[in-house]
Amino acid sequence: MAESATGMIDVSIQPGFFSSFVDAFNFIFHQQEGGGGTLVGGPAKVLELTWAQVQVSGLALAGSLVIAVPIGAWFGHRGKGEFLAIGLGNAGRAVPEIAVIFLLAAVIGIGLRDVAIALAILGIPPILTNTFVGVRQVDPRAVEAGRGMGMSELAVLTRVELPLAVPTIMGGVRTAAINIVATATIASFVGYSTLGDFIINPQVYGTDGALAGAILVALLALAVELTLSGLQYLLTPRGLRLQHIGTGA
Amino acid sequence: MVINLRRRALFAVLAVSVVSVGATACGGGNSSSTTSGSNASIQSNPDNAKVTLTVGSKNFTEEYVLGEIYAQALEAAGYKVKKQLNLGSETVALKALKTGNISGYPEYTSTALQSFFSVKPQDIPPDAQGAYDMAKADLEKEGLTAFPPAPYSSANALGTLTSEAKKLGVTTISDLQGKSQDLTLAGPSECRERVDCLVGFEDDYGLQFKSFTPIDPALRYQVLDKGEAQLSILFTTDAQLFTDPDKYTLLTDDKHVLTPGYPMFITSQKVVDEAGPDFENTIVAVQKDLDINTIRELNARVDVDKQQPSAVAHQYLKAAGFVD
Amino acid sequence: MYVLAAKMHLAIPLAANDLPRSFFGGRRGQHPCESTDALFCPRWAVDNLHTYVDPALKQAYLVVISVVVGFAIAMALAVLSHRFKWLTPPIIGLTGVLYTVPSIAFFFLLLPITGFGTDTAVIALAAYTLQIIYRNAVTGLANVPTEARDAGRGMGMTRSQLLWRVEMPLAVPEIIAGLRIAAVSTMALATLAFLAGAGGLGQQLSAQPTFKTNILLVGGLVIAMAITFDLMLLAVQRLTTPWRRARPA
Repeated sequence: MAESATGMIDVSIQPGFFSSFVDAFNFIFHQQEGGGGTLVGGPAKVLELTWAQVQVSGLALAGSLVIAVPIGAWFGHRGKGEFLAIGLGNAGRAVPEIAVIFLLAAVIGIGLRDVAIALAILGIPPILTNTFVGVRQVDPRAVEAGRGMGMSELAVLTRVELPLAVPTIMGGVRTAAINIVATATIASFVGYSTLGDFIINPQVYGTDGALAGAILVALLALAVELTLSGLQYLLTPRGLRLQHIGTGA
Repeated sequence: MVINLRRRALFAVLAVSVVSVGATACGGGNSSSTTSGSNASIQSNPDNAKVTLTVGSKNFTEEYVLGEIYAQALEAAGYKVKKQLNLGSETVALKALKTGNISGYPEYTSTALQSFFSVKPQDIPPDAQGAYDMAKADLEKEGLTAFPPAPYSSANALGTLTSEAKKLGVTTISDLQGKSQDLTLAGPSECRERVDCLVGFEDDYGLQFKSFTPIDPALRYQVLDKGEAQLSILFTTDAQLFTDPDKYTLLTDDKHVLTPGYPMFITSQKVVDEAGPDFENTIVAVQKDLDINTIRELNARVDVDKQQPSAVAHQYLKAAGFVD
Repeated sequence: MYVLAAKMHLAIPLAANDLPRSFFGGRRGQHPCESTDALFCPRWAVDNLHTYVDPALKQAYLVVISVVVGFAIAMALAVLSHRFKWLTPPIIGLTGVLYTVPSIAFFFLLLPITGFGTDTAVIALAAYTLQIIYRNAVTGLANVPTEARDAGRGMGMTRSQLLWRVEMPLAVPEIIAGLRIAAVSTMALATLAFLAGAGGLGQQLSAQPTFKTNILLVGGLVIAMAITFDLMLLAVQRLTTPWRRARPA
């Protein structure tokens, strides 16, 4: 951050915004003096908050999966409730995440557990809808073949439909995961510190810290997306891989 | 709580009517159970009509209230007034002031010194005059200036439920020594990295807490009420301290770790020159009755009663006699 | 006078346990919310709805601008990719990155370049819409039945005429489907625009984040506006595709 001759921090937009990014990277790798009188930044603190965000996101995503996949799969298998399943996906898109976070904080409380619950709720719609659609759209001949082989309904679901629905389901999981990781950034408001700390407190971490926080959140989201894309590739049955390269939900 | 307030209100109305009866019975004079009406009403000066002032404010209740009070007072003084309340943090507000988007806004001495001029919290004078002089001197180097501060100070405070304070037997922050390790502290996430917050409690008071929970300041009372934390960072001008004075206790900051901030209206020299003497005079006059109790009550009307800041500001100006 | 006053704790300095002396003589304002702990106060909502109008309009404005800008860019890219098919994977990748970066991070990444304000929000929100609109446009154009294309070529159309007179109109449903998703998602996201200094309903939410009526009003208004935009675009789709079209599953 530049300091003008009078000692006042210059808050105007620098024409050399490139230097802002350099300062931000500096924040990530070197501790520096913060506005509150302590040393801030540096790899240790960055890792601490990044890991915190990963933890709450992972917990929430697991929760979403546990609830959304069985429900979506079962109804998709039965072919019932299409309107609700699709409607839930659409409705989920319209809900502003920050409202859910604060509403749940006011109703159930704050801290890791409650934030995870709020995030899990946000993750359910895309996973549920995509599981439903994915299972529903499995080639009926494959389903018939399974039944013909004497499989129970549950076996048909788990051994035929779900594997074939993996690309679609994973598309939903990826959407949910990105939403969860993104929203976890503001968990700092409701009892759980994540990378959002750096972003929302420029008076302590400076504009360097805020930009660093933004960069880290962006990189984290991209890392999650890449990881899940890789996972999707691994989980997709080989026959399908040839058909579904690259696309998600 | 609603019933309590209604009863208090009824009682108060009864009280006031009896007092005024009593006052007239005693031959008039100041019926001042309150300072109502004891100020001269603001005169509208036609010369001011050619000046347009834009009053800004930051984005929390006390700022909205102050901004509205100043805006409405300046309007009463004959200025054309525009409002840009809810600008955001002090960095945004300062930028708006420097670019001329606003004519001025209420800022706290401590915020200005720390945020704009990188003064370390421990170097800030704790008294109003000292803090104001330092801030004004720094501002003047930037072509800005500040009017004398309002008669109250706003500071962070370490607060707890009175029941909890009694249970622990504490009245000052130092009393927490040896007890704090079982207690959870809630505060804004920045508190973790401030010498006038958690770091100060750890270093200057030697306190260790069981844990620190970062929260949006809006939740600072909720966490106490719900038992999500035993200690919370409150503000001395909080609404809840007016409506529930017995429910919460502010622990005395005996080692002076928590810096007080004095609210002053900051503006630019250019605007001051253009606007004439009524600009400063109105602002200084109208903030005269803003003692800590009054500002708490005004905050209460917004935060607790959920009234609009503009309405509450008008109620203050009217009750104080500045406007009709 | 003092005897009477002694009965009224308003007139004398307070003992520590007394009600703080009220500036207003103890007369409180009305209590428009039945209890600040209630889930929803209809009376307060009705009385104060007018304060939500401007932020709501600002948010709607942000969404419209962002979607229009995103649409323009995405369509240009789609037309290019339709002609030069090899462009598709890299553009999918690039728009995918823009989609994955959380909006909060995007806002703060743009800060050094465009500063606080509406521009920053619009750029970030528009970038977010690119992938969905682009993908749908490309798919829509690709899914035009070969018969239609052959018919057009048979009539002697140039490539450009083919695009604008045959392929585009037939791709409209797919494109509008993408627009609908984009509009709804952007409306929810725009709730965060206040972090970029662009106002919107998120500002109302952050002003009183513990007041449940406020949270529900903000959430409700966002969802209502999202549904409105969705239905409006659905109407546009119906109007612009008067012919019956057998859609592939």
